[in-house]
Parts: sequence; structure tokens; C-alpha cells
Amino acid sequence: MTAFRRLLAFVLPFWGWVLAATALGALTVGASVGLLATSAYLISAAALHPSIAALQVAIVGVRFFGLSRGVSRYLERLTSHSTTFRLLGRMRVWFYRAIEPLAPARLIGGRSGDLLARAIADIETLENFYVRVLAPPLVAVVVIVGMALFMRAFDPALAAVLLAFLLLIGLGLTLLTLGLGRSPGRTLVESRARLRADLVDGLQGLPDLLAYGGVEAHLRRVQSAEMDLHRAQRKMAHISALQSALNSLLTNLGVWLALALAVTLVSAGKIDGMYLAVIILAAMASFEAVQGLPQASQFLESNLQAARRLFEIMDAAPAVVDHPAPLPLPRDIAISVRGLCFSYPALTPHPSPKGRGVRGEGSVLQNITFDLPTGKHLAILGPNGAGKSTLVNLLLRFWDFSAGEITLGGNDIRQYEQEAVRGCFSVVSQNTFLFNDTLAVNLRLAKSDATGGELARAVEQAQLSTFIASLPQGLATFVGERGLQISGGERQRVAIARALLKDAPIFLCDEPTANLDTLTERQIIATLHCLMEGRTVLWITHRLVGLERMDEILVMDQGRILQRGRHAELVKAEGLYRQMWEIQNQVMW
Amino acid sequence: MFRRLLNLARSRRLALALTILLGWAGGLLIILQAWFLSRVVNGVFLGQQTLEAVFPILEILLIILMLRAASTWGAELSANAVALRVKSDLRARLMQHLAALGPAFTQGEKTGELAASAIEGVEALDAYFSQYLPQVALAAFIPLSILLLVFHLDPLTGVVFLLTAPLIPLFMYLIGKTGETLTRRQWETLSRLSAYFLDVLQGLTTLKLLGQSRNQAMDIQKASNRFRDVTLNVMRVTFLLALALELLATLSTAVVAVEIGLRLLYAKMSFQQALFILVLAPDFYLPLRLLGQRFHAGMSGVTAARRIFEILDMPLSSVIASSVATTAQRACGKQSSVISTQFDIYFENVSFSYPSRHLPALSDISFHIRDGQLTALVGATGAGKSTLASLLLRFVAPSAGEISVDGRSLNAILPEGWRAQIGWVPQMPYLFNDTLSANLRLAKPDASDNDLIQACQRADLHDFILSLPEGYGTRIGERGARLSGGQVQRLALARAFLRDAPLLVLDEPTSSLDPAQESRLYQAVHELMRGRTTLVIAHRLSTVFQADQIVVLDAGRLVETGKHADLLQRNGPYTKLVTATDHLSPNTAH
Repeated sequence: MTAFRRLLAFVLPFWGWVLAATALGALTVGASVGLLATSAYLISAAALHPSIAALQVAIVGVRFFGLSRGVSRYLERLTSHSTTFRLLGRMRVWFYRAIEPLAPARLIGGRSGDLLARAIADIETLENFYVRVLAPPLVAVVVIVGMALFMRAFDPALAAVLLAFLLLIGLGLTLLTLGLGRSPGRTLVESRARLRADLVDGLQGLPDLLAYGGVEAHLRRVQSAEMDLHRAQRKMAHISALQSALNSLLTNLGVWLALALAVTLVSAGKIDGMYLAVIILAAMASFEAVQGLPQASQFLESNLQAARRLFEIMDAAPAVVDHPAPLPLPRDIAISVRGLCFSYPALTPHPSPKGRGVRGEGSVLQNITFDLPTGKHLAILGPNGAGKSTLVNLLLRFWDFSAGEITLGGNDIRQYEQEAVRGCFSVVSQNTFLFNDTLAVNLRLAKSDATGGELARAVEQAQLSTFIASLPQGLATFVGERGLQISGGERQRVAIARALLKDAPIFLCDEPTANLDTLTERQIIATLHCLMEGRTVLWITHRLVGLERMDEILVMDQGRILQRGRHAELVKAEGLYRQMWEIQNQVMW
Repeated sequence: MFRRLLNLARSRRLALALTILLGWAGGLLIILQAWFLSRVVNGVFLGQQTLEAVFPILEILLIILMLRAASTWGAELSANAVALRVKSDLRARLMQHLAALGPAFTQGEKTGELAASAIEGVEALDAYFSQYLPQVALAAFIPLSILLLVFHLDPLTGVVFLLTAPLIPLFMYLIGKTGETLTRRQWETLSRLSAYFLDVLQGLTTLKLLGQSRNQAMDIQKASNRFRDVTLNVMRVTFLLALALELLATLSTAVVAVEIGLRLLYAKMSFQQALFILVLAPDFYLPLRLLGQRFHAGMSGVTAARRIFEILDMPLSSVIASSVATTAQRACGKQSSVISTQFDIYFENVSFSYPSRHLPALSDISFHIRDGQLTALVGATGAGKSTLASLLLRFVAPSAGEISVDGRSLNAILPEGWRAQIGWVPQMPYLFNDTLSANLRLAKPDASDNDLIQACQRADLHDFILSLPEGYGTRIGERGARLSGGQVQRLALARAFLRDAPLLVLDEPTSSLDPAQESRLYQAVHELMRGRTTLVIAHRLSTVFQADQIVVLDAGRLVETGKHADLLQRNGPYTKLVTATDHLSPNTAH
């Protein structure tokens, strides 16, 4: 229920819109009631053969209601959809603001892409929240109250009967449907997820299935998942059929009782017989307000689930919080790390990076100590899982460390604002993310006020100019989803150009060539080497390429520094560096 | 299209007919209800009858309303039965066809899109068969029934009905036509907005690194507002058409009310008749309006069906029919599953092009894999090595040329039988959402636990599996434990050990550079190759040293073959490839 209350709190600022849409919705149903009631009055009155003048008012009423239903419905749809889109817009911004401090520490893990895609789908699901979840009961309440008052003018008992049946459908049947559908609804969602997982398995694993003759067995598996889904769907269909039948039964029964009651009232002389048809037809029309409610209740469940998932993501505490009184950055930005230890918090809801959950023990970094003075080139080398990326995350303040010390310009790194610390690094990482926009927009992210000249110089230095010249639209070329329209090597060059534009004091290269073939790797490293001169460089890698130029190399494995020195010394000494060197020379391409 | 869709429901004709029949019966019951209702009101209002006098009719009304509920219930259930049957038939056909199209097709398409077609696409047909299709019939039957009766009672009202009714399908057609394009445009803007939003969220780390993350909230607000304006403009048109439709129905009721009221006034008609017609008037238009409401469901069903039929119509010619292809295809192929034990495999002028690409992936390849020998494929990324392996595995068939084994064309052998002779080790085997042992048993469904353990020991995976809390029963894949790259590669090796096939196709693991694991992985690979006819996509010097034959590919062409030493002497493309790494590190220490 808290999810519901939080969603309501979200709608609150739009109460004016909600009020208008509800009023218009009630008017729409009211127009139907009015049309049938005045029509019934018209023919009842006419049956007594008065003068035509006596019917004029009724005729005008019939025409008015005939017109007003369509118009109020049109206006209602416009306002309610406008409300919906305002709500969604606010929700997106709200979600973004909540999630921005969480990235990447709380969103890490291989499935973060799925998580975000899911969140977006959930926000779209909430599109129904106003139109299908909130509005129908509001409209129903207004109509029910109006009808009760209308009927009370004839007789309180009549009002009571109608009220009872309206509530029986609007509340009773809705709750019944909700209650009956909850467990099969959950099974339905689960079995659909299983079917999808099996289908995707079958499609993505088709080579494996074919090669090992497992296609038929897998098809049977898919079929059994489908049967489960169909069983759940059949159960839901039974509930839905029951709901429709009861809905029809209760509506007609309510009208029937109202008829029987009105007949006795007329016989007893309490109501003029002329109003008998009016009462019955108005009662019939009024059920429109509640008939949709039981079916709409299914949206409540899916909306609440979507909201719960969103709140769960957003409620995570940020991994890093800014110091309340941050220091200004000093001029000289030398890094010094002393006795640094770190381990990821034990089993958070999100898996820690690289599936460490499987082994799930121990600290990721142990007693790391090194210095990076201004102008020096430091490399950190180690196989996958050595703790290199964790070290980078700590330096960039994506996580906070537990023991030891990192200082920047002599002060604890935690005393600066996170943004200020990140401002010290120009990063070229292994997975360069490009936004689905033009090259120019992607470059300018690093410096929004960059002049054309600055842009051209960065492109030139990143050796991207030939490539851009070859594009018919040059810098205005769209890079496609995640920049996949351009090759991996060129993506890395864009990252280099960005780093140059940002021109931060420290150049941080985090596996800049990890996903490239050897030839491209060679070219990118050559470019980077040219740019390293005169800059402070931190070079993180698992490849022993281009390390000859480093002032110092730290060799890491399993969270510890095993060796340190220059390439020439390390390659001669017995140890991990030498072993990795030999293996690498085994691999050709 | 309509006929093809209708054909899908053929095996459930009776249920479909029952749905329509029950719906129609519901409509007739409405007419009866209106008739008796007007009799009661007439009797009490003008005939001064008491409750006792009209009670028999009230009893009849009670029965009618129960029957109405029953017909609603039955119609919905039988509609659901039709839809379920259609869905499961179609899904089965779709899956079999996708499997028959093979990896060359499914890997090229976005698997997410294909899965969506098989799940949401097929589900979209539910509403088509359970709601839209019966309603098409009912929108004709019920109004016609009412019309016939009303014409009989009061021709003038009949004329009003007759004149207005055809306008409703006309408006619906207009709503459908414009609505379809408009909704599509609306969905496009929505998906563009969502894509933009996803893009921003996924790039959040990058934005943070570049110090831009806080500015984005404004941009998101702006994009949302833009979306709202565009969408509302689009929707306004649909809403206006719906307004016209609604007006038509209510105004006709109003016209009928006034027209019968006036005739009542001049005693040209009885009150009971007038009330009967008035009560029926909304029900005359209701089935037509319902059809309008369900039109959208119908349309999205048709759209989904179009995509599904598109996949089903994809010819199997360029790929190899697998066991799940239709029996007809198998029969005409006259393939046998008998295979010799000799694996002398000849590629003769083999070419292959992917349908979506201009340049051929392989052109005019001829070479000979000798029985019991090790053949190594080398070449840069994109040279065609994987395609060549796919041809041998018969995931694809040559566009030209022929592959033969022991003098027989590969086409004359059933693909399953052929693949049963092959152990396959890809770089990245696919992990199914299942236990480790199920993932291993893919290679040999009847393997004993002992077989599994042995294979895993040989692949150096056993100790790791034992370290897992649930051992061989641990779930892996997307929703289970995640394995490292090296562990996944060893799982592929374990599968091949388990299968123990005479022919081996191996995409040699590139090094993980973890020295502790490296040498053991390397040993396992070489143990696997021993004694088998092997085609290996080679990445290591030690493998090519050992190879009986090296085949060098460049841009889809075979440029050299021979042994390592001979090729080095020739100083051709191979030499260039091998020495590339050395250039990287000029001061090689040894």
C-alpha cells in the first residue's frame, strides 16, 4: 500500500487537472443517464396526450444530452491524457534525479542494462495509472452519489436498492476479481517470464543446440513452458468470464429490483406512474459508471508492481556522499595511496561486478600503496579480477574505501566534492559509451563551450580527422545506438578526443584497447603514447603492450601488489610479469 | 491476410461458431428483456396494474437475466478456447521454423525482436480471435435482428436506424485508417523518447566522468514536454473521430426519442411500442460501438500476424533444414544418416554470402582436411574463419561449390547425423538457464554422473564446480550464477570431452592471461585434439607449430596452405600475420 500512497503523493500536485478530468468523466456518464431519463419522460408524458408545448422542455433536454455526451467525453479524454503525460514527464525527471547519485556503484553488474530497460518499461506502465486506475473509481463515486440523490427524490428505498447494486459491482465484484486473480496473475507473469527465457535461450543458444542435437528437447521444454502459461491464462479466462457473467447478472438484477420496487410504489400511489419508465431507464444507464471497474482492477496490480520496482531502485542509498564542507581543489594534483583496503559490501541486492557472488569472499584490494607524482607515468598491470577496476572506481569516487588513505594534492580525497575529483581525470576506458547523437554532440560533452578550433585540434590529435573527413556529413554524422555505427577503434579515438577536450590534469587510461584486435590496438597505443608526453598518466591494463615507456609498473593479482619496477627489470625477474609476458607472446592475434 | 488468419482458427471452428452463437443469443435475450420490460411499465403506468398482476412477467424477466449472464459466461469461455488453440499452434510452427532457419538467420536478427514476435506477437492474436473476430459477426447479426423487428413494428424508426447504422462502420473505418497511422506515429515518438531516456541512463557513468550528469534532468523534462505536445496533437484527431462516432449514436437515440414521442402525442403509436423501441435504441448501436472499441485490438493482431507470417514465409533454401523441418522437406532431400568412419573432408570451390551483406564471406575455397590430422585456420578478424566452421557444422550451406566427406556430398547426409559425429568448442558457448549438469548433458543426454565428472576433470572444471554450494546442481545462465570467461570456455571443452566425437571443430580460446589457469587450459585443449580429426581456428603459436596443415584466410579467400616452417620460408601473408605481435614489443627479451 505504501507504493500506492507514494504514487498518490505524486499525483497530488496535479489535483486541478484530476478534478477537471473527473468532473468531465462524470458528466459523460451523466449525459447518458440524462438522455435516457429525459427520453423516457418525453414518451411517458406524450402517452398522456398533453399539448405539444408541454413537451418542449423534454425535447430540448433530449437534444441537449444527446449532444453533451460526445462533447464531454472528448474533453475528458483530452484532459486525462494531458494529465497522464504531465505525470510521466515528472516521473522521468524524478527517477533520473534519484538514480543519478547511484551510478555506477549501485547499478553495477552485468544486468544493469536490463535493469534500466525494465525501469523504462515500468514508467511506461504507469501511463495507465491515472487513466485506468485512478480516474474510473473517482468518476464512479461522483456518479453513484449523484444517482442516489436523484433516486431519493422519488423514494429513499429506491435509492438504497440502486446504491447497493452499484456498490456491489463497483466494490464487491472488483474486490472479488482482484482477490481471485491475484495468484493466477502472479503465475501468469512468472510463466510468461519463463517462456521468454526459454525462447531466448533457444534463439541465442541455437548453434549449441544444433551442434549437440538438442533442438527437439529444447522445443519440448518451450512447449511445456507454454502449457504452463496457457494453464494460467485459462484460469484467468475463467475468472474473467465469471466476472462478466456476474457483472451482467448484478446489473440486470439491480434494474429488476428497482422495477419491482417502483411498481409497488406506483401502485401505492407514492410515485406518479409517469416516472416509472424514467426511473428504470436512468437506473439502467447509471451502471455504465461501475461496469468497467472490476476489469480495470487488473491495472492496479500491474501498476503497483511497476511502482514497487521503481521505488526499490531509487531507494538505494548512494555509495558515496559528498563532504558537507568540501575543500577547494589545490593546484598540484599528485596522487598518493597508502595501505588501501577495500571489499564490496556483502551481497547487496545487486550482484557485485564480474559475478564475484559465486566465490563471494575476501577483500578486493589489500594494502595497496603507491604514488603518482605530477608528470609521471604509472601503469597498473594484472589479469582479470586483480582489482584494477575497483582501484579506478575508488580513485574516481564511485565507491568509498574502508581502510587506508587516498590523497589528492595532499588532502584526503573524501574532503573534495565528487564532481571536483572527477574533474581531475580525463578518462579513456575500455567501453566507450557514445550517445545516439552526432559525433559533434558526443565530443562536446567533454567541453560544452569548445570552439570549432578546439574541436578540430582534439580530433587532429586523436588522429580522427581522416576518418571524419571520409564521412559525408563529417562531425554531424550520427553514431547510432551506443555508437555502434562506428568501429571500436574509432570509438576509442572519440574517447581520446574527449579526454583531450576535457584536458584534466591526470590522464587515466583504463584498459583502452581491451576490446580491439591487435592491429588497431597498436595504432591506438601509438596515438596515446604521443599524447602522454608532459602529462600525468595512470595506465591500467591486462595487456603487456607499450609498457616500456612507463616510469613505474605495479603488477597486481588478487587484490595485492606483487611486483613493481620498470619493464626491463620486470621481464628479467622471475614472477607474474614474466609469466604473462610469455603467454602473451604465445598468442598470435 | 484475413483469410490466412481465419485459417488459423479452422481446427476450432465449432468453438468459434459457438462464441458467435452465444453472443447472438445474448442479443436476442436483450430484445426479449426490452419487450417484457415495456409490458410491465405499460401495464403499471397506463393499465394501473399492481405488482401481483405483473409478477408473472417479472418472473420471466428474472429467467431472461439469468440466461443473459449464462450466455456471457459461455461466450467468453469458448472465445478463450479458440484463442488458446490458435496461439499454441502458431507458436509451435514459429519455433520450428526458426529452428529450421538456423543460426545464420537467428543470430543476424535481433533475438529480442524475434522473441517478442513469438511472445507478444502471438499474444496479440488472442484479442483478435477472442474479441475482434466474434464481434465482427455480432456487429452484423444483432443490429440486423433488431432492425428486422423494429421495421415490423415501426417502419419510421427502422428507417432512422437503417440510415444511421452504416455511418458507424464508415466512421470506424476512418478511425481505423487514420487511427492506425496516428497510433503508429505516437508509438514511434514514445519509443524514441524511451530510447533517448535509456541512452542517457546507460551513459550515466560517462556523463558523470565528463561532469555533465546533473544537467541532464532539464533535457529529460524538455524531451518529455515535446513528447506530450506531439502525442496530444496526434491523439486529438483520434478523439475527434471518436467524438463524431459517439455523437452519431447518442443523437440517433435522441432523434428516435423525439420522433416516437411526437407520434405518441398524436396517438399514432402505442406507449408500449414506443418504450420498447427506446429501450432497444442504445442496444442497437452497442455492438457497432463495441466493434469500434475492439478495432484497435484487431489491428494490432493483424500487425503482429503480418510479422509472424513474414518469418514463417522465410524460405529455408539458403540454410540447411534440420530435423525439425517438415517431413516433406526431408523426404524430398533423400538424405541418409549413414556416415563412414573416415573423415577425409574436401572443400571444393566453396563460396558463401550472407543474405544481408554485399561481399561474399567466403569465395572459392578449396582444401582438404585429412583424416586424423590437425588443420589450423588462421587469419585476421573477419577473414572468414568462423563462416568456414559454420559450413562444416552445416549451420549454413555453401552458396556455390561443394563439401564432401569420404567421397560423398555433405548434402546427401542428414544434418543431425552429421553433427552427431562432431564435437564443437566455440569461443563462447551459450549457457542455458539451467543447472550445470543440464548444460553439460546437452552434449550427451544419457551421460552418467561419472561421465560428467570425468569430462569436467579433463577440462579442469571439476574442482571449481565442487567449490560451488550446490555443485553440479548449481543453476547458471542469465538468472543463475555467473561464470568467468575462462570457466565458460572450459565448460565448452567439457561438453566436447563428454561427446567424445571423432571430428572436432574448435575455436581455440584466446588467452585469459591468467598464468595459473592458462597452462592447464592449454593442456586440456591439446588433450582434446589428440586422436581426432580436428579443424581449429587457431590463436596460439604452439597450436600452429603442431598443425599438420595451416590454412591462411584473408578477406574470404584462401591465400596459403602448408606447415608452419614451410609457410615461414615463403615469407608471404602468413609470415606477416605471425610477426605482427613481435612488432608490438620491439625489445623481445628472449
